[in-house]
Amino acid sequence: MFDFLQYSFIQNAFLASAFVAVIAAVVGYFLLIRGLTFAGHALSHIGFAGAAGAVLLGIDPVFGLLFFTILAGIGIGMLGRIIRERDVTIGIFLTLSLAFGILFLFLYKGYAEQAYSILFGTILGISSINVVITALFSFATLGVLLFLFRPLLFASFDPEVAEARGIPVKILGIIFLVLVAITVSMSVQVVGVLLIFTLLVGPAATAMRLVKSPYRTIGVAAILGVSYSWIGIAIAAQTNLPVSFFIATLSFGIYGFVRIFKPSFQK
Amino acid sequence: MQKPIIELHRVSLILSGRTILQNIELTIYQGEFIAVLGPNGAGKSTLLKLLLGLYKPTSGEIKILGKDAKKGNGEIGYAPQHRTLEADLALRARDVVGFGLDGNHWGIGFPNKKRTDTINNALTEVDMLHLAEMPVGKLSGGEQQRLLIAQALLTDPKILLLDEPLSNLDITHAQSIISLISKIAKNRNITVLLVTHDVNPLLSETDRVLYMANTHSAIGKPEDVITSQELSKLYGSPIEVIHTKGRIFVIGEEM
Repeated sequence: MFDFLQYSFIQNAFLASAFVAVIAAVVGYFLLIRGLTFAGHALSHIGFAGAAGAVLLGIDPVFGLLFFTILAGIGIGMLGRIIRERDVTIGIFLTLSLAFGILFLFLYKGYAEQAYSILFGTILGISSINVVITALFSFATLGVLLFLFRPLLFASFDPEVAEARGIPVKILGIIFLVLVAITVSMSVQVVGVLLIFTLLVGPAATAMRLVKSPYRTIGVAAILGVSYSWIGIAIAAQTNLPVSFFIATLSFGIYGFVRIFKPSFQK
Repeated sequence: MQKPIIELHRVSLILSGRTILQNIELTIYQGEFIAVLGPNGAGKSTLLKLLLGLYKPTSGEIKILGKDAKKGNGEIGYAPQHRTLEADLALRARDVVGFGLDGNHWGIGFPNKKRTDTINNALTEVDMLHLAEMPVGKLSGGEQQRLLIAQALLTDPKILLLDEPLSNLDITHAQSIISLISKIAKNRNITVLLVTHDVNPLLSETDRVLYMANTHSAIGKPEDVITSQELSKLYGSPIEVIHTKGRIFVIGEEM
């Protein structure tokens, strides 16, 4: 039954998805408390244009993703706090970038297959070099997040007092969105552009309903994210059905279960 | 003579073309309890932000304990105008207070006994230790306010700036917050600036009131500042002040 574990593409998938699930859990927690989930959603769609553009140019899609999402992340960060009330601006911009994505893919001959993998992820097809790329970016993201942890938490909770205490709130906000951009780019390889919330928001939102302190929430979110990914890959390997379907179903199912049976912070 | 803690000299502030403050002169001394009053938009919150260095004055000079006002000043504790905290923040009462201690330090920070003790002492000071593990979203407005005060006190400041700590509180809870602040201020000998809409609950505690209106300000004992004559001069339009049953009502003030 566990024969599938000896295949190198399965091992690659396990490794890469674990890295991605961990950074998505930490970044997802901050996205939720900063009320920026829509920006995360937007970045993934903007990344679609980047990935499609890279495919057209014959470059690895992950670089197109990184390039577009990081630029957009800096852009959204520069716009600052007003952005929270400006969903329309982001919304219009992300539709435009989807449109460019579809144009790039149309111009590229292998249209359907590439679109499918960018939209829904291809973790089982991840190459060894992409595992290394994922590992490097994940460690870097995690390192920066741990370094910024307390000021970022303080600034997310109460930006005004944080600024009065000398924290560079605005710069912190921009750096955070760059980290979101990297996380989104890595996550797209696993679950694709359309299912990004299954790793980015699902585990953190579920964890918040289970435990109270920030550290524990992030820990539980990481465990949930890695479990969803690994279970998803294992079932997909047995059934030949898409991995991201299982990851998304687990993410939704567990959240729904917790939501119904454990109202947040009931003690 | 008491020691001046806050000094403003000819301070003006223009924000996006609008004059908020004009030639404000002000000296506040150590240990004073000052109620900051005035209509909406008179620049009460803005004044606090100037003291914190969040805004720079367009002209004039602001000295805090003899030094220029700047961000990151540990001598000032600040609790901004309160918004209701969401239930889903995944933060406990002690986490919120902890921000005051090391929220501005880099890195993840590890729990240790000294940190826990410091936070517990702060929680005890505002009578919140029994709710230390509660998620902040589950606490009442008054309880959340106490946490923000505890947080503001953790740098052991000489000055406490409180922006509308009494808003959304009923009279009983407002009274208990006021006596708490007053007790802390006396114990620690700190200067308090408290922005409020209604001076009445504060009349017995406040040393002086700072009344702000129409880009100007007046400071002094409540009975000297809150008079028909003084306020009419400040507003530049007729204002009537009525004293009845030990309470003060200002009539004709555009709210």
